[in-house]
Amino acid sequence: MGQTKDSGSEERPKWDNKAQYLLTCIGFAVGLGNVWRFPYLCQIYGGGAFLIPYLIALVFEGLPLLYLELAIGQRLRMGSIGVWNSITPLLGGLGIASSIVSFLVSIFYNTILAWVLWYFFHSFQNPLPWSQCPLNDNLTGYNVECEKSTPVNYFWYRETLNITPDIETSGSLQWWMVICLASAWCVVYICFIKGIESMGKAVYVTATFPYLVLTIFLIRAITLPGATDGLVYLFTPDWETLKNPQVWLDAATQIFFSLSVAFGGLIAFSSYNAERNNCERDALLVGIINSATSLYASIPIFSILGFKATTGYNACLKENIMSLTNYFEISDQNITVENYKQWFDHLNETFPDKVFSLNLRECDLQTFLDQSASGTGLAFVVFTEAVIEMPGSQVWAILFFVMLFSLGLSSMFGNIEGVLTPINDLKLVPKCIPNELVTAILCLISFLVALVFTLGSGNYWVEVFNSYVGSVPLLIIAFFEIIAVIYIRGMKTFSEDIYFMTGRRPNIFWKACWMVISPVMLLVVLVAYVIIQAQTHPTYHTWNPDYERFPQTQVKPYPDWVFAIILLLCVVPVISIPLVAFYKLICRVRNSSSRANLNPYCNGGFQADT
Amino acid sequence: MINLSSEIAYDSVWTGLNILQSAIISAQLRFLLSLLLSVEMLEKIILLLCCSCAVAQHLCTPDASDGYKVRLSIKTALEGQAYEWNENEMFLFRATLAFAMRNHIREQKFEVSNIIVCNETPRVSFWFVVTSPESTSVLIGKEDVEEAVRKSRNRINSAFLLTDKTLEFIGILPTLAAPVDPDTPPWLIVFGVVMGIVGAGIILLLVSSVVQKKRKNEMTDDEENCEETRVKTVENGSVGEGVYNMSFSDDERFTQM
Repeated sequence: MGQTKDSGSEERPKWDNKAQYLLTCIGFAVGLGNVWRFPYLCQIYGGGAFLIPYLIALVFEGLPLLYLELAIGQRLRMGSIGVWNSITPLLGGLGIASSIVSFLVSIFYNTILAWVLWYFFHSFQNPLPWSQCPLNDNLTGYNVECEKSTPVNYFWYRETLNITPDIETSGSLQWWMVICLASAWCVVYICFIKGIESMGKAVYVTATFPYLVLTIFLIRAITLPGATDGLVYLFTPDWETLKNPQVWLDAATQIFFSLSVAFGGLIAFSSYNAERNNCERDALLVGIINSATSLYASIPIFSILGFKATTGYNACLKENIMSLTNYFEISDQNITVENYKQWFDHLNETFPDKVFSLNLRECDLQTFLDQSASGTGLAFVVFTEAVIEMPGSQVWAILFFVMLFSLGLSSMFGNIEGVLTPINDLKLVPKCIPNELVTAILCLISFLVALVFTLGSGNYWVEVFNSYVGSVPLLIIAFFEIIAVIYIRGMKTFSEDIYFMTGRRPNIFWKACWMVISPVMLLVVLVAYVIIQAQTHPTYHTWNPDYERFPQTQVKPYPDWVFAIILLLCVVPVISIPLVAFYKLICRVRNSSSRANLNPYCNGGFQADT
Repeated sequence: MINLSSEIAYDSVWTGLNILQSAIISAQLRFLLSLLLSVEMLEKIILLLCCSCAVAQHLCTPDASDGYKVRLSIKTALEGQAYEWNENEMFLFRATLAFAMRNHIREQKFEVSNIIVCNETPRVSFWFVVTSPESTSVLIGKEDVEEAVRKSRNRINSAFLLTDKTLEFIGILPTLAAPVDPDTPPWLIVFGVVMGIVGAGIILLLVSSVVQKKRKNEMTDDEENCEETRVKTVENGSVGEGVYNMSFSDDERFTQM
């Protein structure tokens, strides 16, 4: 008789409140790229002028895609695989592609977090370990490799990565990196242990803490000497760059990857929402906050870079001053940074050959400002160098690395969600295995695969993954997403969905973007991207101490087997789209031919996943 | 007769005069000699002195083989509290260096006069050499001076409130500070703390979810027991009692296919 049983499908988990949902989406979108990719692009593409293509891409490409994903996830209330299966089983491969891309991205992304953890652990020392060179073996001088480059570079390339001269030399597993990686995955696991219940609480911290730290840094940075030079350099618009098509391409790709669309994570997050939720406002909020964060982050970053350039310039001048003072036996501190120019001109007039023999360095503030860096170079080399010069270095280093960790962790949530939700929706694991175990197994498998990045050549592999996994496959997936929703599901049905959820139909702007502008932009960006990548054999920068122009990085081409892996990485995620379509077509053909053998118990109406 | 006595008298007077003359002459000669001798002595002394001065000056020259150049950057080191470099400071330097030499070569007692300084410039830089206390024309070798300075470098620096970088001995490299090597690297300590907290959190959450599940299972068991007893009561009891029949109240939950 009455036996209470868990009903066939567990109730779908829900967000505790709207703020959790918004913070999770914002945290997913706002990641490391906002801090270390956008300011770099701003700098190399003529400062303020870059904002124009960036904002155009945001309005016409980023926001429509974001709105589309949030709306479809909320309406169909399933993870990425379920959603595309519902729209049409032929495009079920889209969800699989999203999951594979999310998995691959989460693997190398967490390795970056492991590096951030390593630096965080080392920030509790005085003096900071990257501020001075270690001594060589017989304690007579400094380590040779460190002396030729800088202590910061040495700490990053040798003591952190223990990098090999090229990608072919694999080196061995670096034990310290392995335990940092293990701790990074443990932190991810503990936040995910109860699904979105625990994650939703964790985002209160991980999504808001970076803003707090950025504000603290902003206040500190603009009071540093040379900050205004950096800011002026960043924001001075160079309108000529707008004529370069590469700028538009980079703006479109930056907006696309910055918003983290096509990962499947956003669809999963919005599927836990209440049915009638204003997703239009959510999409606008998330998109605008993401871009505003990029801008907000670039101010302290560039103030600090300006400070670093000024310090470097002053150090260069002081070197020259010391040479002149010592050679001409002038009284100490008679030549200062302020009157260096007059003294130099005077001495050069009276003793030109002697001054020439001193080989003084050319000190130009512009050269120091031009030393730009993005990605890991910005965080682990340039910024750490600047932090040494600031009073109270340990505090700033700790704050900076905790901020990077929160930024990365909140993005990791989206990636993991993009893998877990399809697993749960597809019911790939039997009911008896609890969710915690599934999450643990996923974290363990990811950790084991990510051990590749702890080898000596790990950094080169991270670069490979970063450049090729998170680029072309995502563009293809996003393109098919728009086609699936707008053309296969139909603009009319989708408008009805939105009317059901928000109470009004999408206006002409959204319709125009979805139907024409965004797909065209995506296609153009995709084709241009592929063409530009295919034009040159890809190369990479290596840290080779035996290079004759060391400490400059040596540029080497990728060997053929790495090139094959790159192609695999681009193709394997998206191959599932045609494969699944093909498979479903065959099934349909077979079903239609075997209509006579219909099993009365086979109820086609319930075959689809509930 | 008178001629003979006058001759004898004349002779005696002449010899007497001669003797006197010779005595005077010898006295003069002796006086002259002694004068000469004293002048010679004086000259020798003067010569010696001059020689030694010349030798001393001659000992201390720029690029002397046993000398070192010293360079001070007082204003760079002390900024507002910089002191003037004058004769007294130079005296202190020579005294400190004599102290350093005494510390190194314990048998000999070096004095301030053994440290000879030359070629001072407004930079504040100069050359110095060290002479041996036993013989001022002999210089102490370069290696000994270097050792002495190295040993007492700290004391020399503190006497002038300067550091290795602002009080330079050109040619004597400062010994690099030995790196502080703690037994456990500090980063492992931080790592241990963080991992301990994370591990404890994981275990706590897992245990709490297992406990929750057990409680839920127990509750569902209780409900099943409740239903069975309720059913029994209905079957045994009278019709009019109307006990709420649990087994049919939750029908909407049984959405099995």
